[in-house]
Amino acid sequence: MQPDESAPLPGRQDEQKSADRRRFLAGAGAACASAALASVLGPTLALGETRVSFPTPDYDWEKHNWGYGIDATKCIGCLRCVDACKNENGVAKDAHHFRTWVERYVYIEGEKHPRIDSQADPGNIAVSAPDASRFDDRYKDAKVEKAFFVPKMCNHCQEPSCVQVCPTGATYKTKDGAVLVDKSYCIGCQYCVQACPYGARYFNDVERRADKCTWCYHRISKGMNPACVEVCPVGARVFGDMNDKSSPISRFLKDNRVFVLKPEMGNKPTCFYIGIDKEVS
Amino acid sequence: MDPAQAAHAVFHVTPYTGYVYPNETVVPWSILIVIYPYLTGLVAGAFTVSSFYHVFGMERFKPVARFALIAALSFMVVVPLTLLSHLGHPERAFNAMMTPHTTSAMAIFGYVASFYVILLMLEIWFMFREDIVHNARHDRTWKRPFYRLMTLGSYEINELTRRYDHKWLMALAIIGIPAAHGLHGYVGFVFGSLKSREWWSSDLMPVIFLFSAIVSGISVLIIFYMLISLIRRVRIDEDCIKGMVLALWGFLMFTVTLEGVEFFALMYRAREGIEIIREYKDGPLFWRFTVMQIGIGALLPVLIMTLMVYFRTAGRKLLLGAFVSASLVLVSVIFMRYNVVIGGQEISKTMKGLLDYSVPYFGQEGWLMAAALLSTPLLFMYILTRFFNPWDDTAPVRAGGAHTRDSCRLGAGEQAPVSEGGASG
Repeated sequence: MQPDESAPLPGRQDEQKSADRRRFLAGAGAACASAALASVLGPTLALGETRVSFPTPDYDWEKHNWGYGIDATKCIGCLRCVDACKNENGVAKDAHHFRTWVERYVYIEGEKHPRIDSQADPGNIAVSAPDASRFDDRYKDAKVEKAFFVPKMCNHCQEPSCVQVCPTGATYKTKDGAVLVDKSYCIGCQYCVQACPYGARYFNDVERRADKCTWCYHRISKGMNPACVEVCPVGARVFGDMNDKSSPISRFLKDNRVFVLKPEMGNKPTCFYIGIDKEVS
Repeated sequence: MDPAQAAHAVFHVTPYTGYVYPNETVVPWSILIVIYPYLTGLVAGAFTVSSFYHVFGMERFKPVARFALIAALSFMVVVPLTLLSHLGHPERAFNAMMTPHTTSAMAIFGYVASFYVILLMLEIWFMFREDIVHNARHDRTWKRPFYRLMTLGSYEINELTRRYDHKWLMALAIIGIPAAHGLHGYVGFVFGSLKSREWWSSDLMPVIFLFSAIVSGISVLIIFYMLISLIRRVRIDEDCIKGMVLALWGFLMFTVTLEGVEFFALMYRAREGIEIIREYKDGPLFWRFTVMQIGIGALLPVLIMTLMVYFRTAGRKLLLGAFVSASLVLVSVIFMRYNVVIGGQEISKTMKGLLDYSVPYFGQEGWLMAAALLSTPLLFMYILTRFFNPWDDTAPVRAGGAHTRDSCRLGAGEQAPVSEGGASG
């Protein structure tokens, strides 16, 4: 720093200072902007170049359009799907957290409405063993007119309420049709749990974030079926790529008149049902 | 199942009747989300009263106009705390502001709330600028550095700066009206926009939230103004109380009408699942809604205030009536928040079952936590009023500069009249 001679007039010194400050701020701003840009564009660019997508490198989510079918006329209520799901996905093994569940509808002679319960009912839990859920035989002496089981799960809606309300975008719709939760980004506000009309979401108390069925995304992206479909002994659960005309789900949709749950919600589920009743909601 | 027993320790299971989805037995939003709209409502309502004076020029509200803003800020500071305490990952809360998902009602709330807090702080600053400058010059206590900092380097007080401050104050107060009310209407939208719950899904929800907010804010100011005046041993400005009673009376009638219309419309539309809503209305809701929220909390104060207005009640009776009415309204509004937030979750999405939620005493979502969060604004209010004296009667002599702060307080405190504005209303 030169002493007196180069000492600028007070005004000029200010200018000098503010010019320095401007330069510094411009530099800092540019650094911040490029860092932000890199963080936003980075993954996108990487995706564009190598066609990498979660979770398997050689899986291209733009080539699939997954769909799920449930034939309630086939379901025998064995609950293997429920247990398989809990084991496969590490779901808490209690009566309050389920990615999939099975409802039992029983019409008793003389009663207006069906009696409904699921495997989470205390009576059913009482007769269940760990990893071997059961429905009890409470209706064995009743005059049953009609009875059936309805498997339930996330409907992986085309217009998902949970995705709409998620404040951070941690819940998102993949290009192949699944609705997933980014567990490292979810803030755990549970707005999605409220918004889901189907009760398909729950709060993961261990990871402190929202959780739900992923269609076993780690399996389907490797060409396998979801665990629940895999274990179903009667073929009540059907899964496949709707882009593929010969897939089980395409045939299911072609051969049947299908229904979705709560169509009035406008969520456009991609879980299609056959053989359900007006009382099922 | 054995693991279920172990897991009960970490979450709160709600008993039910009928059929509910298995995941619904853990209620997602609890008492913290009840007090969140309650506090936000107090903010909006207190701001309303302040704007009666600052924007609409109603002189009779002058005694509480400054305090109203201090109160609003004190309540507002705690609002994010209730939300943060509720989150599974509070440390990630900023995700919602850094990468907001624009279709989410909740994502935008962060911006709306931040905007309002900044506006409120600016308004308070302009309102107290003269006092700050005065104290920065004359305060002899440890608070002086704080006041000097708060002047932000501007010590100038003259007619020009006064006009300038007033212009800003007015502008901020005007912007504040849509901001404060938008903020709370927005909270109603967070609930009303959800189609998954028949109990919430209503176009009237934001409006009902807004009006119940206004009545709760007026009530809280009536109560605080009266209690603080008693503690400070100064006369309560009757005209100010009368003004607030009139405002409360009017807004409360409107609020009850709205709540009634919404409820009757829901019952009359009688969409699918109405049986379960009827069962709910006659069951747990009878005490919480019909008796507490509507009967004792709203219709009774309407009746009391109607009689007070009709008979032109004055003096001690007016003060007593105002205090009782305001207290009842505050009770009504907290029941309203509870009935909306918890009520909505007690009616199963299956519309075939009811849950019976009870708030635990301890834990993250317990009564103790709620009580702590609800009383935190009192602490803020105490601290803020230590630094920014909102009461006109003890305010330092403006622009005089000759008096010390203490001599001002003593001198003014002995003179009985509370405010100049009192007589003109």
